[in-house]
Amino acid sequence: MPKKITIEPVTRVEGHGKVTIQIDDAGQVRESRLHIVEFRGFERFVQGRPYWEAPVLVQRLCGICPVSHHLAAAKALDVIVGAGTGLGLTAVGEKMRRLMHYGQFFQSHVLHFFHLSSPDFLFGIDADPAIRNIIGVAMHHKDLAVQGVMMRKYGQEVIKYTAGKKIHGTGAIPGGINKNLSIEERDILLHGADPLNADKMVEWSVAALEFFKAYHKNNKTLVDTFAEFPSNHLSIVRAADGALDLYNGVLRAVDSEGNRILDDVDCQDYNKYIEEEVRTWSYMKFPYLKHLGKEKGWYRVGPLSRLNTCDFIPTPLAQKEFEEFKAYTNGKPNNMTLHYHWARLIETLHAAEEIRNLLKDPDLQNEDLVIKGEKVHKGVGVIEAPRGTLFHHYEINDNDQITLANLIVSTTNNNEPMNVAVNHTAKSFMNGQKEITEGMMNAVEVAIRAYDPCLSCATHALGKMPLQMTLVNSKNEIIDQKTK
Amino acid sequence: MEPKKRVLVYGYGNPGRQDDGIGNEMVNMIQRWIETHHLTCMQTDSNYQLNIEDAEKISEWDIVVFVDATQETRINEYKFKPVEPSEAQVEFTMHAVSPEYVLHLAQKLFNKSPETYVLAIKGYEFELKEGLTDNAKLNLEQAYQFLTRQLAGWALIKKNLPISMLS
Repeated sequence: MPKKITIEPVTRVEGHGKVTIQIDDAGQVRESRLHIVEFRGFERFVQGRPYWEAPVLVQRLCGICPVSHHLAAAKALDVIVGAGTGLGLTAVGEKMRRLMHYGQFFQSHVLHFFHLSSPDFLFGIDADPAIRNIIGVAMHHKDLAVQGVMMRKYGQEVIKYTAGKKIHGTGAIPGGINKNLSIEERDILLHGADPLNADKMVEWSVAALEFFKAYHKNNKTLVDTFAEFPSNHLSIVRAADGALDLYNGVLRAVDSEGNRILDDVDCQDYNKYIEEEVRTWSYMKFPYLKHLGKEKGWYRVGPLSRLNTCDFIPTPLAQKEFEEFKAYTNGKPNNMTLHYHWARLIETLHAAEEIRNLLKDPDLQNEDLVIKGEKVHKGVGVIEAPRGTLFHHYEINDNDQITLANLIVSTTNNNEPMNVAVNHTAKSFMNGQKEITEGMMNAVEVAIRAYDPCLSCATHALGKMPLQMTLVNSKNEIIDQKTK
Repeated sequence: MEPKKRVLVYGYGNPGRQDDGIGNEMVNMIQRWIETHHLTCMQTDSNYQLNIEDAEKISEWDIVVFVDATQETRINEYKFKPVEPSEAQVEFTMHAVSPEYVLHLAQKLFNKSPETYVLAIKGYEFELKEGLTDNAKLNLEQAYQFLTRQLAGWALIKKNLPISMLS
């Protein structure tokens, strides 16, 4: 009898995610789907509010990456207040935002690697869940776990000094910023007591990469073939030269062979090129490139995609690692899902280098914080959030009220790829199996986790979210149910 | 004489989500109370949620009180309970972690075990809106009266002071 296996919600992923795997009478996986409850109410909520409130309001969306939403909204409003598209700000305005952004990248990537991924690498994806977490890392690899915690703390300190405060930061405002970096703040971040200084963060980022590469060397088959599939890749790149630029650029997409399928187009025109499909079985939309259609136009975003679309990385240590990364696939796009982790760690190193460079830049102490020009009624802000490309689009009326808001978040961009990854994994690990093991469940989660999805609705009240696995037959009758 | 305890009150939640911000609001109130009493042995902090680096933060204190919203049906107004270190709640949330988990990490990574409590305050609405619901405000007020009595005891201000004199 065909049966349906439901893993709900996905462990170590915020919000509500549910994986459904349909198995036929022969025990073969028929179809897999990742259902995500996405919160779209914000777009209606923000309508009618004064536009200048948006960079603070959007932080209500998510407690996981509020800085990314804060900056994407501010970039969209830069356009509206006539401050240009990304590079029109004063030097201190742009560089303070970049420092905030790289601080966010650093702490987010570090959390993902040390807290979520490293347990899988250290203990194996089928290991006992009692040790396959950071507590296990702490017990068996204490130095690594301490490094993860202190690197996170450093990234948070960068955000605190640039955003002004941890909750509902106000650092970025339309047309610029509301504070620069004092000499005292700079010195704390640049030369703080060991280990909380920029040099140590670069050193530890290099060490994390070496850790991953050593694991890869000994586990090539798993790392290279796990949920591997060809796809398109999309990100922004620096307009002038195609460099990796996480803060500002033009939209570029390549196919699985490296052919340009979106050739450095202006982010203001994103909706000429990107469409979102609605499917009846999912609350989350499925974006795709219009000119390629729904079937062929879907794409991946995030660290792997960024290293597939950019031409080089503009910091020396990360560039050296990038060259090794590109050489592994002979310069072609890398389509190996677990190589997201490799790419993420190269970006972590890049972020650490950029933070160190920016802290040495005297422009951060300038006083000309804001610039404004002639107001327009529409603005689009596109930024590379840690999980991938993030779009914020606002339109206002003559009373300065927001009349339209459209957001495409990174996890939405990766909706179709995550579904494909789950399907690949389910077929690899579950075909012909008679029962679901912890290792099988975690294999599906590992495939999803590689994309670092954030399903947060930022409410987390105590006692709200159990982990439940449900087995139902073809009539949706529950055969078995387990709760973690 | 028993020394004053060094206490951190750490509220977390998203104040842009109605009652989810109850912990943050408690921290604002406690900060004012600390300043009124000129207490250098106590500090407050708040964030959207707990993170792994908070293990390092709490390792510097004698006592830590986490304040969070709860939807627990068995709690009517608030509940104050000690935290036991545990990895049991690791699995679900991805980027945020539980008080038990933070305490466990502090022990494993920094060899510190502060006396740790959770003050869970009942919330009712968690939509995209600022401000607590009226019922949550009532619960917050009751929890505040309770917590300030606890803090007064730890700070050796005056034990068993009438509630009305502590706010």
